[in-house]
Amino acid sequence: MSNPSSAAGIGATNGFSANGNQPVEYRRVYVWELPVRAYHWINAIALVTLCVTGFLIGHPFRLFYAQEAYQQYWFAWVRFFHFAAAFVYVFNFLARLYWGFAGNRYARWTAFFPFKRSQQQEIVDVIKADVLETKMHGPISTGHNALAGLIYFGTFLVFVFQTITGFALYSSMSTSWLPRMFVWVVPLMGGEFSVRFWHHLFLWFFVTFVIIHVYLAFYHDYIEGRGTVSSIIGGWKFDRVKKGDK
Amino acid sequence: MGQSIWNSMQQKGYSRRDFMQFCAAAATVAGFGQSGVAQVVSAFEKKDKPAVVWLHFQECTCCSESFIRASHPVVLDVLLDVLSLNYTETLMAASGFQAEKCLTDTIEKNKGKYIVLVEGAVPTKEDGVYCMIGGKTAESILQTVAKDAAAVVAWGSCASNGCVQAARPNPTGATPIHKLVDKTVINVPGCPPIADVMMGVVTHLLVLGQLPALDSQGRPKEFYGRRVHDTCYRRPNYDAGLFVESFDDEGARKGYCLYKVGCRGPVTYNACSVTKWNEGTSYPIQSGHGCIGCSEEGFWDNGPFYNHLPSFPGFGVESTADTIGTVVGVATLAGVAAHAVVTNIRKRKVIAEVHAEDQKES
Repeated sequence: MSNPSSAAGIGATNGFSANGNQPVEYRRVYVWELPVRAYHWINAIALVTLCVTGFLIGHPFRLFYAQEAYQQYWFAWVRFFHFAAAFVYVFNFLARLYWGFAGNRYARWTAFFPFKRSQQQEIVDVIKADVLETKMHGPISTGHNALAGLIYFGTFLVFVFQTITGFALYSSMSTSWLPRMFVWVVPLMGGEFSVRFWHHLFLWFFVTFVIIHVYLAFYHDYIEGRGTVSSIIGGWKFDRVKKGDK
Repeated sequence: MGQSIWNSMQQKGYSRRDFMQFCAAAATVAGFGQSGVAQVVSAFEKKDKPAVVWLHFQECTCCSESFIRASHPVVLDVLLDVLSLNYTETLMAASGFQAEKCLTDTIEKNKGKYIVLVEGAVPTKEDGVYCMIGGKTAESILQTVAKDAAAVVAWGSCASNGCVQAARPNPTGATPIHKLVDKTVINVPGCPPIADVMMGVVTHLLVLGQLPALDSQGRPKEFYGRRVHDTCYRRPNYDAGLFVESFDDEGARKGYCLYKVGCRGPVTYNACSVTKWNEGTSYPIQSGHGCIGCSEEGFWDNGPFYNHLPSFPGFGVESTADTIGTVVGVATLAGVAAHAVVTNIRKRKVIAEVHAEDQKES
């Protein structure tokens, strides 16, 4: 990406700055590699399935009319889809953890921890510019901004928690080695009842997360015009070329 | 003492056939199956009757009540003949100093061989003053008796996980005995435990002279390996999504699943739906009431019993996690919508700049 004109033909150099005289150049940046995009969409589908089926398991209502038990089996299927989606979700997440060490710099694990001073400063700026909107021009990050990265790390912790409690609940119904690894969680948390409670409670974390996440994707796309939303489909974002870059 | 079960049965005039029937029943109760009968016969012929000490601490004696109602007629014989029940506050004839002497004598004469059955939790606050017998605290009695015991069994939820005494705020510091004793404790939770299960555990100890296989919470796997839900006869209704919505509806009359009216079957490990109660007559779910999870740790604190989810701490009894979750979700939606409006107002210049870039281009 050192020479933006090499990507010409797909609109690499086609802008002017807002203040008129100076032309602004944009270059295409391949931000989200295929494994990251695949992870995102598999995760999204699995997560929505888990939330919907999980809510139904906690709050079953009469989806179909029947008089006798032999006439239908839908609730068992709901549970089956929950368990199946959980396995997809966990292995997908493990693959993403691997990609955190193998992927490009936007996917790397360092993007999720604000170790550097510049990242810490970025968090403050993002809160000012995008959350409180007291500052007009905030940092425009090509990958995750530092605050988003930190929050994604938080969601990873919740992923892990839901995985552990979920498998712990599942272990009593399974002889498979993977869920059996989490048998110890149940006595630690004081019985299955409380494990179920916490597992259920964090459903609402995901609901809240999805609302904010989707909104912020639209927000950044709208306010910055650099393809935030489409980047998770094609992988490309647009970055303004600074003068020094040429 | 110093006498086998077969000897003592002969003295009471039982025939060999009676003895064999008894052995077969004992083998069944303990879950050995047909191949185990010979083992039982051999043990009952040769082994000395084990001395048993039955301690009562913070409890309601429902475990004892349950035990003496065990369904097999031979069980009464077990209690009175097979075991050498040397000390139990509830059933023993002796009282006062004589009673206490029975305890010390049993411990001394049977060092390392006697079985301790503990009913009730042990209070630990204020140096254990909340439960004292013969001037000694429950904890000191437990420690003395458990020290030289061959096996320690915790009868019921009180001894296994504290039960109602240990419910918040637990004023007496009621503690389950496995937290106080160094030895492996066999937990037989339930309020009370099923009589046949208690019999099974005692028979296992008697016959094999070793602990039954225990799960991660110290419960015998043969009785606590499956959830009430797994063997419940109403399970097909659960899988079909047919639920009782309230106790007077059509579903309740038809015997639908009680999950939505708070049944704890899916989170409770016990043998209720297999052995049932009172000579196999019924069990709570069969009589139309959900399981309250009495054999699970902290079941008193996981109320209300008629809600599937516990109430959320600090938000009143009726607020479950879902109420809180819905409020948070709706608030987030509102917040996001407000943010979108504010963005269009406050950041109109920034948006205009983005659009200006486009116009310059064309």
